[in-house]
Amino acid sequence: MILSYALGFALTCFALALVLNLIRLATAPTLTDRILTLDTMTVNAIAVVVLYGVWAGTGLYLEAAVLLALTSFVGTVAYARFLLRGSIIE
Amino acid sequence: MTLLLEVLIAVVLVGGGLFALVGSYGLLRLPQAMQRLHAPTKATTIGVGAALLASSFGDLPGGGAFSAQEWLIAIFLLLTAPISALFLAKTLILRDEAGTDLPDTRTGAPWATLDQTPPEP
Repeated sequence: MILSYALGFALTCFALALVLNLIRLATAPTLTDRILTLDTMTVNAIAVVVLYGVWAGTGLYLEAAVLLALTSFVGTVAYARFLLRGSIIE
Repeated sequence: MTLLLEVLIAVVLVGGGLFALVGSYGLLRLPQAMQRLHAPTKATTIGVGAALLASSFGDLPGGGAFSAQEWLIAIFLLLTAPISALFLAKTLILRDEAGTDLPDTRTGAPWATLDQTPPEP
């Protein structure tokens, strides 16, 4: 009982955080801010996917969360490197 | 599942959600680029860590099995968050987006990111 309320609250918080990130993505002053915002969005999305999996009562969503966690880091590093070097694989 | 465990997991869930919200709000509102780097990389990691902890110990409706996959995600996020933050900080400094007020290093040497001399073999 108390847990489902807490779960709903946490899901709302993470969804609201995603909306805030979306606003930041649209109004970011610099490119680096956009990369940082994308990174944060992926981390928030991982939390949303995991909590939705708990809500739905299945462990399948954890696979999607693992994939997101694995790929977001590579994406962030590649973006940052592209901004600095102009190419990713030299 | 005992009541004490339920209350503990509920507290972790609520705290984690609030942390994530504060981190994203800080990303939106903080004035300087380096401060914006500081807000989400810490707070969101704690938020996601709390969500993963709750998911690992409280499989709510299906009832009770401890699962280990969350720990894989948590370990990977905790390993990669500092590295991507370092990359973004380097990008900020090298693109002159960090603002002009980098503090003195107090060692006589310049900031390692801006140091052009090659390292000694």
